[in-house]
Amino acid sequence: MLSLILNRLMLAIPSLIGVVIVTFLLTRALPGDPAAYFAGPAATEQAIAEIRAKLGTDRPLIEQFGRYVKDLARGELGQSLTTGQPVSREIATRLPASAELTLIGLLLAVLLAVPMGILAATKPGSAVDHITRVVSTAGVSLPVFFTGLLLVYVFYFRLGWAPSPVGRLDVFLSPPPHVTGFYLVDALLARDGEVFVGALKQLALPALTLSIFALAPIARMTRASMLAVLSSDFVRTARASGLSPAKVVVTYAFRNAVLPVITTLGMVLSFLLGANVLVEKVFAWPGIGSFAVEALIASDFAPVQGFVLTMAALYVTLNLLIDIAYGLIDPRVRLDS
Amino acid sequence: MRRRDFLKSTAAVTAGLAAPSILPSSASAQARNETLLAISENAPNSQDIHGVGANRPAYEVSWNTYDRLMTYGVKKDSSGNDHYDFQKIEPELAEDMNVGANSITFKLKRGAKFHDGTPITAKDVKWSFDRAVTVGGFPTFQMKAGSLEKPEQFVAVDDLTFRIDLLRKDHMTIPDLAVPVPAIYNSELCKKNATAQDPWAMEFTKNNGAGGGAYRVSRWQPGTEVVYERFDEWKGGPLPKLKRVIWRTIPSAGNRRALLERGDADISFDLPNKDFQELRAAQKLTVIGTPVENALQYIGMNAKEGPFTNPKVRQAVAYAIPYQKIMEAVLFGQAIPMYGDKDNVATGLEWPQKHGYTTDIAKAKALMAEAGVPNGFETTMSFDLGLAGVNEPLCILVQESLAQIGIKLTINKVPGANWRNELLKKNMPLITNTFGGWLNYPEYFFFWAYHGQNAVFNTMSYQNPKMDAFIDAARTAGANADKAAYEAAVKGFVDLSFEEVPRIPLYQPLLNVAMQKGITGYRYWFHRQLDYRQLSKA
Repeated sequence: MLSLILNRLMLAIPSLIGVVIVTFLLTRALPGDPAAYFAGPAATEQAIAEIRAKLGTDRPLIEQFGRYVKDLARGELGQSLTTGQPVSREIATRLPASAELTLIGLLLAVLLAVPMGILAATKPGSAVDHITRVVSTAGVSLPVFFTGLLLVYVFYFRLGWAPSPVGRLDVFLSPPPHVTGFYLVDALLARDGEVFVGALKQLALPALTLSIFALAPIARMTRASMLAVLSSDFVRTARASGLSPAKVVVTYAFRNAVLPVITTLGMVLSFLLGANVLVEKVFAWPGIGSFAVEALIASDFAPVQGFVLTMAALYVTLNLLIDIAYGLIDPRVRLDS
Repeated sequence: MRRRDFLKSTAAVTAGLAAPSILPSSASAQARNETLLAISENAPNSQDIHGVGANRPAYEVSWNTYDRLMTYGVKKDSSGNDHYDFQKIEPELAEDMNVGANSITFKLKRGAKFHDGTPITAKDVKWSFDRAVTVGGFPTFQMKAGSLEKPEQFVAVDDLTFRIDLLRKDHMTIPDLAVPVPAIYNSELCKKNATAQDPWAMEFTKNNGAGGGAYRVSRWQPGTEVVYERFDEWKGGPLPKLKRVIWRTIPSAGNRRALLERGDADISFDLPNKDFQELRAAQKLTVIGTPVENALQYIGMNAKEGPFTNPKVRQAVAYAIPYQKIMEAVLFGQAIPMYGDKDNVATGLEWPQKHGYTTDIAKAKALMAEAGVPNGFETTMSFDLGLAGVNEPLCILVQESLAQIGIKLTINKVPGANWRNELLKKNMPLITNTFGGWLNYPEYFFFWAYHGQNAVFNTMSYQNPKMDAFIDAARTAGANADKAAYEAAVKGFVDLSFEEVPRIPLYQPLLNVAMQKGITGYRYWFHRQLDYRQLSKA
């Protein structure tokens, strides 16, 4: 196991180096001059030149890169000009916000999609199957910002069930003392029930929006892999031996069908983490995606580089975790490696 | 870990998450009517207006948490709302102001303190002014507009007396003391947090308050939230009514409107014109629209190179702009039209004022023929994608209309980050843009936008010695308080700008704000940010 992990980590190093080089070059190739943007509307040529010198963007590219790598080695990702804070601090506070939202969203999606997929597979062509197909097609084809705005309109504006979409906490609550950055966990640790419930309420709509989007791939993959397993010999044998249908489906079929679902989960999770920008925008969620997009609009290099690098590192870690989970769920994978 | 253990533990964790058995304690009764919730699209990136790249929301933080020596008085505008009065300068941190021949002397208020309790002295004022003229960039530039340029000009006479020695006579000097830039910083606190590379403690003030204003920042989450508490020992004016102000960033315009309509948020600027029009009609909220002083949306034509160097062509374009359609379809009536006066002669000293062009395609065609281009030409029209909500439909209407006089336009969308860069190059033939000046003087506007010094804002690269002579004459006459000469010069440059029309003024934008009916005391300020100090909540 340990050698597997080490091996995978070694393999990740070249791709991370590649990411560092490519993001550096890409951000420099972007149109726009951050100095002109941040010099303000009243800037003269001289004022812009001063800022350029301050930012170091007047230096040759190779020197800028050298400085960037040197900072990176010390764990410094530079300064964000749009929020005025060090990028590492921004990412440290915003990543948990995104991660909390994404994980809850994914959890919701799994709780809905897996039973739906199983039911659809056990009765193909039935009403349940059709409903699953319609729901998952709708979920994947409706743009997330649209689902988000629709949910806000119905549940907040019309019905008044959901709290106002103002971010992670109602304005009159103070965030719990920082431990993990996950408000739910931090509120529990601080034994603050009010904040916990407040955070949960704020999470409900955005998480639902994300889960509607993530539903489709999970439900479909569950259905497809269940169909394959249900038609295999050992299921036929189990049925012939007179085992109850529930035992056959849950214990024998599902456990064997779960591997491709886990792969999909990993993919969906990493995709959601980076791609929930629109949900973050709609719900004023102070996450990492909206941060990166705002930085991109202002051609603010450092946060964009920091964001891509963080995402790359996350992908690598996620893939590793999924591989480990494989080994734990299905012993055959371990034997093969 | 064994497989079964892993599966079991995952199940346990999931079950634990799914069943939180904690009920809310009795909600702590916050005094909501002493707390204001303001929402906006963008968040401040600094608490300090002197910082490199401090954005407009940062001006709001600085304005409410720092004091200036002087401030502006208040008047009622034509619709009966409070409006700052640029002709009335009142004391804020200073008790009084004594204008001498070559200097201005200020007495500071006795007992005024910074947020940390340190008394405010003339030393702090001198340090703050030195900082503003030394750090470069925007603050230094703005100080220069009032002929405040060198640290030697600023003298701390004793603890409560501060003197500015004048370099030259300039009638912008006193107004310039009441803009957000010359804020008074706690010099001892700043010096304690200064470093060798950062002698003015810019890093410190970016994230920490060092002022003595009516509010202090109690929570600072960049990009998300700013929470202010009232500073009860404030001496700069009457104690504000609101004890607490919460300012949240809500990026989605639809949600900002929903929050206002549901009554969850108290006040917001940034909404699309259409929303303001509808909110105003619905009358559930108070909507106040104030013309933005000294600001114009215009169409600029490059007077130095390309097809628009001939004034006749520029006039033809001015007769082919679909003014009325722009007002209705793009702005939903949320602006003051600047076209359709009886002629192109200045009607008074105010700026902006209406010009005499209207949509008249026959006249435009005749002018094109006169200019020797009866069949028109092809060119591009550029706009800032950062303000696409107004700019894009506007450009499409212009494109459609100019096609009638043979000018074929290709529309060039410039990303917001790149817009200033493109403006600086001064090679775009045709653009739409806005420009506004803080100080409400016509010659100030013209100095930046039409003068042959060719500043960034002279986006048309318009250079005409006659124009420069008028503008310079107005500046001199203004400084010497020579009314007759001033009037002649202002009318001269306005008339010339209409006749030569390197930029076609379209409309004066409105600063719209929507708030709950219970909110009173809103005051329009030239910096177009919210001043919490006059607001109260029923």
